[in-house]
Amino acid sequence: MPFGLLKYGLNSEYPGTHHFNPTTELKKHYDVVIIGAGGHGTGIAYHLAKYHGITNVAVLEKNYLGSGNTARNTAVIRSNYLTEEGVTFYRESVKLWQDLSNEFNYNVMMESRGQLTLAHSDAAIRSFRWRAEVNQHMGVRSELIDRQQIAEMIPNLNMSEDARFPIMAGLWHADGATARHDAVAWGYAKGACKRGVELHQLTEVQDIEVTSGKVTAVKTNRGRIECGCVVQAVAGASSIVAKMAGIPLPIHSYPLQAMVTQPYKPVFTPHVSSPHLHVYTHQTSRGEFVIGGGSDPYPLYNTRATLDQRETLTAAALELFPFLAQARMLRQWAGTTDMTPDYSPIMGLSPVDNYYLDAGWGTWGFKATPICGKTMAELVATGKVPEIIKPFELERFYKYQQINEAGATAASH
Amino acid sequence: MKLLTCPLNGLRNITEFTYGGEYHPMPDHQQASSREWAEHVFFHDNAAGVVIEWWCHSASSYWFLAERNTISDKILRTFPASEIFNQRIDFNPLPELTSTAPSTPPPTATQKGES
Repeated sequence: MPFGLLKYGLNSEYPGTHHFNPTTELKKHYDVVIIGAGGHGTGIAYHLAKYHGITNVAVLEKNYLGSGNTARNTAVIRSNYLTEEGVTFYRESVKLWQDLSNEFNYNVMMESRGQLTLAHSDAAIRSFRWRAEVNQHMGVRSELIDRQQIAEMIPNLNMSEDARFPIMAGLWHADGATARHDAVAWGYAKGACKRGVELHQLTEVQDIEVTSGKVTAVKTNRGRIECGCVVQAVAGASSIVAKMAGIPLPIHSYPLQAMVTQPYKPVFTPHVSSPHLHVYTHQTSRGEFVIGGGSDPYPLYNTRATLDQRETLTAAALELFPFLAQARMLRQWAGTTDMTPDYSPIMGLSPVDNYYLDAGWGTWGFKATPICGKTMAELVATGKVPEIIKPFELERFYKYQQINEAGATAASH
Repeated sequence: MKLLTCPLNGLRNITEFTYGGEYHPMPDHQQASSREWAEHVFFHDNAAGVVIEWWCHSASSYWFLAERNTISDKILRTFPASEIFNQRIDFNPLPELTSTAPSTPPPTATQKGES
């Protein structure tokens, strides 16, 4: 790479490189059609092309590349979950994250800054102790830390015992990280397109044809495409797209709002989360404080921002970091979280043959991006469900074998 | 502030209310298979458009129904549950589950509702 950079620097024209294929006419047939060009969809395409040699693939996107929840999440990566299935899955994802920039030679600005979750009650301490034990047993770095350690780690945190909910302890997760979310979709899409995958933006799937229990074609606003199989990776619209294929899903779609301040000089490094106050924040490498919380109180297919939520988030953030009272808010936005009853994703086979689900990504989709790309591609290529995602099958709800992921961000509700 | 009209308490701030899930008819509690119960309990329409859903006024614990557009967030109508539930539902158990009724005939396989 250094030589490439040198060559580029000495070139008088500074030639630009095209990341993605120019828009072409849709072909009549693709082996694989992926609905949704976010991190997940492009990640699946990338793995199919690079590791399985399947390149007759179209990634269809209603809007533009990475315009959905890939661009709306708060870019938190962690694996300190509570269930065995969840921890194993997210642990493998974090490992892939750590090498992702090298993997596709595109800087995703992965920053292993660590994550601190705060306990404001005895019950929370008990559950953190449980989580730390489960995590350590499974090779994830988590430990319970006391007030003094917290104060040393983040001097600006309000450690007063007179606070409404004083901080009693913390769960320190050294593997916690953040990354630049847009770059993930770009890196995957670039690597996929280079190997022959077609990215089709502004291409909306309007109907899915199922013939005798098997998916055969998709209808888009740009015409009909026959296909060998379909993968849906449309967080925020999972129910709507699955319904086109006649598949009911156990999902309710709630908005999740977040906001960001103007940039300030570096104050603290870790990501700090308080499930009790329903708020979490970290300072980005650009200096902005990103502040997020729980999902909205009722379902909605709309990404509007509300004053109610801004007040709630601000009040909670100020309780932890009083100095933020001086900060100016830059913007507030929402994404749509497809919440499942057990706070775990829905991945794998569906009742329709050759139709694969990558859905139910609630508040845990971004951190799972690389492992989804890898495992879903393996499923499409081999037809066999990888062990690591088997527990997340849709069928679990019919068997009453849910995976109660109490370590999910929204599970504090 | 977003407002919601409670059929009992009138126009109130929406933060006084709790969302209670989609309204959908209950399956026959004596005949439904475990698969049908799973669909009833876990699976949702999650429709984009006008839906009917349960809401509760938290302060008075009053449950009612609302028609709401899940794209525009416009609440079109709220009404008491008695509009739909206008007669008593008896949750009688299956005869074979009633130990005090020895005269009932033995259950058939289909009555158990297992599939």
